[in-house]
Amino acid sequence: MNLKADLDACYLPSEDIVVREIEGELIIVPLVSGIGDMEDELFTLNQTGRAIWEKLDGRKTLEDIVGELSSEYDASAGEIEKDVLGLIGELLKRKMLVAAQRD
Amino acid sequence: MIENPYCEKLNRAEVKLWQSKRPVLENLDIELTERCNCNCIHCYINLPADDRNALRRELSTEEVKEILRQATLLGCLRVRFTGGEPLLRDDFSEIYTAARRLGLRVALLTNATLITPEIARLLASIPPLEPIEITVYGMERESYEAVTRTPGSFQAAWQGIHLLLAEGIPFIVKGALLPPNRLEVERFEQWASTIPWMDKPPLYSLLFDLRARRDSMEKNRHIRALRISPEDLVEFLSRRREEYLKQVRAFCSRFTQPPGNRLFPCGAGVGGACADAYGAFQMCLLLRHPDTVYDLKKGSLRHAIEEFFPKVREIKARDHEYLNRCARCFLNGLCEQCPAQSWMENGTLDTPVEYLCEITHAQARHVGLLGESEMSWEVEEWKERIRRFSESRSIGQDYVSRKSASR
Repeated sequence: MNLKADLDACYLPSEDIVVREIEGELIIVPLVSGIGDMEDELFTLNQTGRAIWEKLDGRKTLEDIVGELSSEYDASAGEIEKDVLGLIGELLKRKMLVAAQRD
Repeated sequence: MIENPYCEKLNRAEVKLWQSKRPVLENLDIELTERCNCNCIHCYINLPADDRNALRRELSTEEVKEILRQATLLGCLRVRFTGGEPLLRDDFSEIYTAARRLGLRVALLTNATLITPEIARLLASIPPLEPIEITVYGMERESYEAVTRTPGSFQAAWQGIHLLLAEGIPFIVKGALLPPNRLEVERFEQWASTIPWMDKPPLYSLLFDLRARRDSMEKNRHIRALRISPEDLVEFLSRRREEYLKQVRAFCSRFTQPPGNRLFPCGAGVGGACADAYGAFQMCLLLRHPDTVYDLKKGSLRHAIEEFFPKVREIKARDHEYLNRCARCFLNGLCEQCPAQSWMENGTLDTPVEYLCEITHAQARHVGLLGESEMSWEVEEWKERIRRFSESRSIGQDYVSRKSASR
């Protein structure tokens, strides 16, 4: 599996996690073993992480997402790209995301 | 470990998660069955494994799943499956998997005797995210089966435990301090300390609740006879003296004050609740008084939590003895007295349970909160006692003698 985030690729939440929204917080609950470092961990995304996460629909490339976020937030495309690649790289390492096949 | 600013791990005891509003329901207990494959001498709930009436009345797989679904919609993150023996249900794997797929952590309370290689594999591939809790009734076949009264249960339990160890499935163990195993405490604790997931000494069932369904006076007589005396209990609890004092001191500084006529100062039904094996929804696992339970077959979890439980919590104590004693007792935080205990012992919500009162007074005398002949409800300067006890660094006997001298 390629663990490096690719700006030309599209990504989807893995089926090995359950994503829940509880009282405004996005909670990622591992379903199978090997998602967290320990077996009893849940995860939550910060505001930046969540803004990126919500655009991961398996159809938009990361480059598309960087473009959309640049028009929505008051930050440079360079900063946003760094955030996107940082988050996606981390989620790939944690097996929370999978690359989607492009149409 | 991956360091990052975006995705944050939440520890099991995470309290910072809910910045503003807490979920309506955070924890749910489901008693999947009252049946058990063991017949423990002290058990408050067990029915025979093949009890046909219980089997007929138990929630169906779909009904359990519906309760789980409703719980997750209310924000629930953790479900605890208990019983009876939850693994007795043929559909346990299906219910467990459904709970995990809904994004729930699952705690499982079991005697481990029914953990098969298939169950162990399931728990390894879809981890429960909570350590499994196993009650161990003895370190030898004789002591174990003197408690469970079930031939073969000792070997089955150890087999189950070894399957979990082999698969690396986190579990913790608890004891039940009973006459057949009282001399094995040291050995049990020594073994427990070798379990990779035991980060502190095991907890014990000590006081033994009477039959939760009030279904057998004879069984209640047996359970009463197994109970440890207040003096022996204090000796047992304080065997790690400093740790015990630290715990009591911390507890007293936070929770100890007379409750008045409020019956539910405990927070039962707030953030957590329990569904019994037949779909009765309870504010806590033990509270089964008919006036306090809600029929989930006729309503929803949300309605029970938001409409029904608040009304139950408004019930006030009326029993004369209770108002004279428990309502004025500043040790109520140390005492197990509660509507559930009153129900099991006396069939009411508000009758003092003498055994619990004796236990609490014995502990209070031991740590120096009460003098030898004092009753807690007679103490007027309780705030001062709690303050001095909470701040003291040594055993409190000297405090009581000073107190007595000043009278």
